[in-house]
Amino acid sequence: MDLKELYRDVILDHNKRPRNFGRIEPCDTHAEGHNPLCGDRLTVWLRLKDDRIEDVRFEGKGCAISTASASLMTEAVKGKDIPAVQSLYGRIHSLLTQQDAVPDASLGKLAALSGVREFPARVKCASLCWHTLNAALERSAAPVSTE
Amino acid sequence: MAVTASRIASAPALDVERVRRDFPILERSVNGRPLVYLDSAASAQRPLPVLRAVEYYETHTHANVHRGVHALSQAATEAYEGARERVRRFINAQSTREIIFVRGTTEGINLVAQAYARPRLGPGDEILITGLEHHANIVPWQMVRDQTGCTLKVAPINRRGEVELDRFLSLLSPRTRVVAIAHVSNALGTILPVKRMIDAAHAHGAVVLVDGAQAIPHSSVDVRALGCDFYAFSGHKLYGPTGIGVLYGREELLATMPPWQGGGDMIRTVSFEETTYNELPWKFEAGTPNISGVVGLAAAMDYVESLGLEAIAAHEQRLLEHATRELERIPGIEIIGTAPHKAAVLSFTMQGVHPHDLGTILDAEGVAVRTGHHCAMPVMTFFDIPATARASFGCYSTEAEVASLAAALRKAREVFT
Ligand SMILES: Cc1ncc(COP(=O)(O)O)c(C=O)c1O
Repeated sequence: MDLKELYRDVILDHNKRPRNFGRIEPCDTHAEGHNPLCGDRLTVWLRLKDDRIEDVRFEGKGCAISTASASLMTEAVKGKDIPAVQSLYGRIHSLLTQQDAVPDASLGKLAALSGVREFPARVKCASLCWHTLNAALERSAAPVSTE
Repeated sequence: MAVTASRIASAPALDVERVRRDFPILERSVNGRPLVYLDSAASAQRPLPVLRAVEYYETHTHANVHRGVHALSQAATEAYEGARERVRRFINAQSTREIIFVRGTTEGINLVAQAYARPRLGPGDEILITGLEHHANIVPWQMVRDQTGCTLKVAPINRRGEVELDRFLSLLSPRTRVVAIAHVSNALGTILPVKRMIDAAHAHGAVVLVDGAQAIPHSSVDVRALGCDFYAFSGHKLYGPTGIGVLYGREELLATMPPWQGGGDMIRTVSFEETTYNELPWKFEAGTPNISGVVGLAAAMDYVESLGLEAIAAHEQRLLEHATRELERIPGIEIIGTAPHKAAVLSFTMQGVHPHDLGTILDAEGVAVRTGHHCAMPVMTFFDIPATARASFGCYSTEAEVASLAAALRKAREVFT
């Protein structure tokens, strides 16, 4: 178990200075995620244009892994259309959970999260923001959404 | 159960190195480091006498209890009922009829909530708990509130993590029917002045349940001296097995309560028209019980008494004071829960490092602490923190382990600065 694999410089940096931190008001959709095991809580705010994420921000309290993961996620998905985000979501999921997954170049800085899979107790921390983003997107797609 | 200086001085010292040899698990390593187990408040490890008692039972004695004339069934029944007498002596109950075997503290509290409170309470009645409670002593009462329309009141805590006694006393009234309080807080280690609280509650005619999960391993508990009506605890916090616990209830009250689960063992006669119930304590023990768990629990009680509960308490108290001083010297550490009377639990945060990250870094050093809300979310909300890291001590904990904890915490600071 190598802590340096988990707490890479990119992770520590994004934990200390999270990017896109804050709210978007008014937003098109937002969702709140909660990991009751460790108390991590975060909200993801989105502004959409057609099916493109024009702006994304997050706010919350969490451990270094969940904060850095959310910060990296916002950088990665801003400007992307929803199918591209969904494909990224799938690749991140494999990266976090499959022992032999090799981060492909398209992941960019998100590859820094590959150390997490050695720490099974922490996978949920890294994936919370992605589940929350997904919930926000699903909500915006729901026909009866009041957002 | 406050451990006073004179008690520390007079208690015979614990030979911790010898004690540690009784716990095989302490020899293992974790992540390439010797295990430093500082999570006994979540679950304590088991000593050889407990493991051997369970093994002996499984290899020589096992059969179902109370239902056979054959030799094994009789031996198993003797072991099971003998353990009940062991428990009675351990907490000084009047009678074995007052000792009900349950899965743990949680089940004990739920039993009282459903079989004592639910049939009796209604709108206008009140249940009083404190702001320090474990979820196991909150949620069962919320369920009763929702089932009966009664009111649930909460006595607040202060910044030191103590129940505000004045507020507790002022919340008592003739409407208070049930008071449910922790003996020791699992999240902060605070020892509550339960005797005073019980006496005050009784003066208003309320019935008192004490959640003893965290007190039972650190002090001798005398339910008659306390005067509580119910006392619940778990075997696994007392160096015994998981899946077994005890609910003590005053016979007078248990006798008036309906059974809460139906099945075998809790009946005397059954026909399709009507069933007559067994007597105490079996009325509350439906189905085949956790016999080997009960045997292990009795062995655990023998074990802690052989060490001496006063000696254990004194050892842990010295360690708690030592650890508090050591951690206070580490920059950025804030100790959460600073009551003068605490038991074997040290909850803390480190500025700039989330408890969850602390837990992972400590684990990489072989140091096992609990991080999270400790099933006491309202306590976390009160202190406005998402979680704490919690080190907790047992009879086998050492100063060297405190030193490993302190070293690992300094390392965590390095990783994050
Ligand atoms: C104060 C307190 N009450 C209740 C419980 C619940 O005990 P169990 O999970 O063994 O039922 C615990 C265990 O964490 C506790 O510390």
